[in-house]
Amino acid sequence: MAEFLDMGGDAATVWPAYGVTIAVLTGLLVASLRTYARRRRDLERLERTGRDNR
Amino acid sequence: MPLRLHSLASPARFDRFARRILPWTWVLAALLIPCGLLWGLAFSPADYQQGDTVRVMYVHVPSAWMAMACYALVALLSASFLVWKHQLAGIAALAAAPVGACFTATALVTGSLWGLPTWGTWWVWDARLTSVLVLFFLYLGYIALAGSFDDRSRGLRAASILAVVGVVNLPVIKFSVDWWNTLHQPASVLRLDGPAIHASMLWPLAITAAGFAAFFAALLVVRIRSELLAWRIEALMRRRSAGAA
Repeated sequence: MAEFLDMGGDAATVWPAYGVTIAVLTGLLVASLRTYARRRRDLERLERTGRDNR
Repeated sequence: MPLRLHSLASPARFDRFARRILPWTWVLAALLIPCGLLWGLAFSPADYQQGDTVRVMYVHVPSAWMAMACYALVALLSASFLVWKHQLAGIAALAAAPVGACFTATALVTGSLWGLPTWGTWWVWDARLTSVLVLFFLYLGYIALAGSFDDRSRGLRAASILAVVGVVNLPVIKFSVDWWNTLHQPASVLRLDGPAIHASMLWPLAITAAGFAAFFAALLVVRIRSELLAWRIEALMRRRSAGAA
């Protein structure tokens, strides 16, 4: 396991590369899903208040 | 008015289409990405010259491919928005651009990390690296331009023109390694006489790339739906403020 983590002495190259990639893609995914959920809530609220006013 | 009714029909059709394909793209991405990355990290061989640093390839190359494919898509959608006034196409381009920008950033950062032990430098202004950096700035310019008008459609029009013009950068990126003497190596997978790398490295690369493509498709669907909601919210607010005035 230690040998695997060491990556033949290139741990400082390999792990950050995988880390950055996974972090960026995960961040984008979370941000996109959260924005989508927020807009759904906003639209629902807008449509509800619209009906109440009528 | 008929134009607007026509453009409303498409989002409804898109929504039905999205509902059908979305689960499959998520499942594919969730299976392929971990499988490809684990294969690349643990089960593919180290390179005889580069040692284990070659494993950066399994994140770097698929990211770079997606960065370019996504730009081609953004440009195509933008052209269709400009020429045929297909509003959903413009909105889809707007939803795709930040994803492409992220893939470009990932390609640049992982490339730098790989360059340091391989070339002895994390950055050189060679044609490949510079043209990919230009791609990143094109994405940022597109996103900034689209968001810098009060009227969303006007911003989108301006940004779409930039996206279409910027497409000349794609062949420059692809052929930079052949046209100029670059520190970056020439293509070893997408070449006319077939891939020049061994199957033990090609498989994890192809699987990760397919996983990234599935992830991109799934994320794009979510982001298009999200963008459509934003346009509906804005239209509703504008109608209300017009009614109140």
